[in-house]
Amino acid sequence: MRHSSSHIKFKRFLDGDDFFKFIIRGLAILLVILFVFLLVYLIRLSLPNIKHSGFSFLWSQNWSPAQNQFGALPAIIGTLVTAIISIIIAVPISIGSAVLITHMLVKHRKTARVIARLIELLAGIPSIIYGMWGLFFLVPFLQTHIQPGLINRFGSVPVLKFFLGGLPLGIGIFTAGLVLAIMIIPLISSMMRDIISSVPKELIESTYSIGATRWEVIRHVVIPYIRAGLLGSVILGFGRALGETMAVTFVIGNSHQLFTALFMPGTTISATIANEFTEATGHIYPAALIELGLILFVITFIIISLSRYLLHHTKIKGRI
Amino acid sequence: MDLLQGTIGFKRRFKNRLFSVSCVIAAAIALLFFLLILFFLIKNGMTHLNLTLFTQDTPAPQQAGGLRNAIIGSIMVSGLGIIIAAPLGILIATFLANFSGKGRLAKTVRFVNDVLLSTPSIVIGLFAYSLCVRPFGHFSAFAGAVALAMIALPMITRSSEDVLYLVPSMLEESAVAMGIARWRITFKIVYRVVSSGLITGSLLAFARISGETAPLLFTALNNNFTTLSFLKPVATLPVVIYQFALSPYKDWQNIAWAGALLITVAILLLNLFARFLARK
Repeated sequence: MRHSSSHIKFKRFLDGDDFFKFIIRGLAILLVILFVFLLVYLIRLSLPNIKHSGFSFLWSQNWSPAQNQFGALPAIIGTLVTAIISIIIAVPISIGSAVLITHMLVKHRKTARVIARLIELLAGIPSIIYGMWGLFFLVPFLQTHIQPGLINRFGSVPVLKFFLGGLPLGIGIFTAGLVLAIMIIPLISSMMRDIISSVPKELIESTYSIGATRWEVIRHVVIPYIRAGLLGSVILGFGRALGETMAVTFVIGNSHQLFTALFMPGTTISATIANEFTEATGHIYPAALIELGLILFVITFIIISLSRYLLHHTKIKGRI
Repeated sequence: MDLLQGTIGFKRRFKNRLFSVSCVIAAAIALLFFLLILFFLIKNGMTHLNLTLFTQDTPAPQQAGGLRNAIIGSIMVSGLGIIIAAPLGILIATFLANFSGKGRLAKTVRFVNDVLLSTPSIVIGLFAYSLCVRPFGHFSAFAGAVALAMIALPMITRSSEDVLYLVPSMLEESAVAMGIARWRITFKIVYRVVSSGLITGSLLAFARISGETAPLLFTALNNNFTTLSFLKPVATLPVVIYQFALSPYKDWQNIAWAGALLITVAILLLNLFARFLARK
């Protein structure tokens, strides 16, 4: 009698919601554990290098695996500079196309949708294709048509030579930034489209009705309303650009020299890992590369937290 | 209208024009990049597209060959990746959308999911390497699939959660009122109502991971022969394209272009199909 009652209880447990809730709750917790594991593994595997190089890993600029010397500074700077270049190029283009789609083609919804769809398709192209296109089309184009003129004219002017100096190699920091920009345009512009559409129609229409021009509506009503969201989407795009690997590996030149000018070869954290990890032998070399990955992870973690905070802020504002 | 426009000062009208024109130019630049990439890809890929791509394995330098092993490998690795990730992602999303309310666990899970969603794929690759390659001492298709699953999982969780909120709560409530267990409601009613949305999310994730290169470089590695074993290293299209495109051999570069066209067309079609499904 006792046995059968516990049997029935167990059957009820399986048939009832408790079991199902237990499973999906467990899976959700598993996701969090996975994240903790990711962090712990990265730290544990980079320990040999943390012990070997210490904090100077972060600001040393000498990267010579043969002598077991590892400095991450060129890669860190390269990562930040390429991502900043990409943001500078991508943000105006994204804002412009988002405004065009949401505010200018009001009478041509179909055209607007086609343009939006085409830009979204750009996001579907694998990053390796951007890399190939960058290497075989963009690099020769910049090398023959753009760089020689710029370098000749500005390469020896004080201040400007920092930006436009270098060698007309085609590959380099600037090219990587440009390819990254093309890659993050669809991401940023589709987020901006959503955010711009969240501005209440009454607000926009009433501003038009008192005679404001489109520019004035965007400048004085739309942008102030969605400022936090705009910043959040830009930061999210920045985060994406920081971690992108393949497209950069093709065009940056993969050289561990500290950033001197835009047209010089350089490297990024992800490109370094992609290039060197399978060939890294010994005890410390792989650990140094994994520590680079750890640094990248920490940077993106901070960036994502920030953008999430900002985007969340807009969402709440949009609901009111 | 004309009367009103006449009252707008020249300076204001000029500013507005300038703004409108720059928006058009911005969109034109974005579209130009898209067309340039597509055009260049088709131009270089078309001429090298032929049937041997599907019937022969990757060749040694200076020899003829195809991409059979890489195509099979890509389907294996991405397929297993999505088979691991889709059920997990949908179940976690069910927890977030229907079973957790506004609990602290749900908040933490959403945050972690967002972080994983934006974690660089190469970092995921390093993690999969240390989880599935280092302990066993050899590279494998399975390790590659784990890496890709970790990239797909947060995508599917996010999209499924969004979709699950679309289920009318009346539907669920009436089923609850009839005394049906909630897990039965979830499987028999909720998933069915939004099945096309759930499939769309998984298809988009599949399209995304089948183009990933970085996490496969040191998990699935590469292989010059066709293999169906998940315990051996396999060739995948993106990795072979990477290797061949950067090689100095013209034959290899040609195969890389053909492969690039193949994978891009496949992914774009998948994207279009998924969106078509979502609209239905």
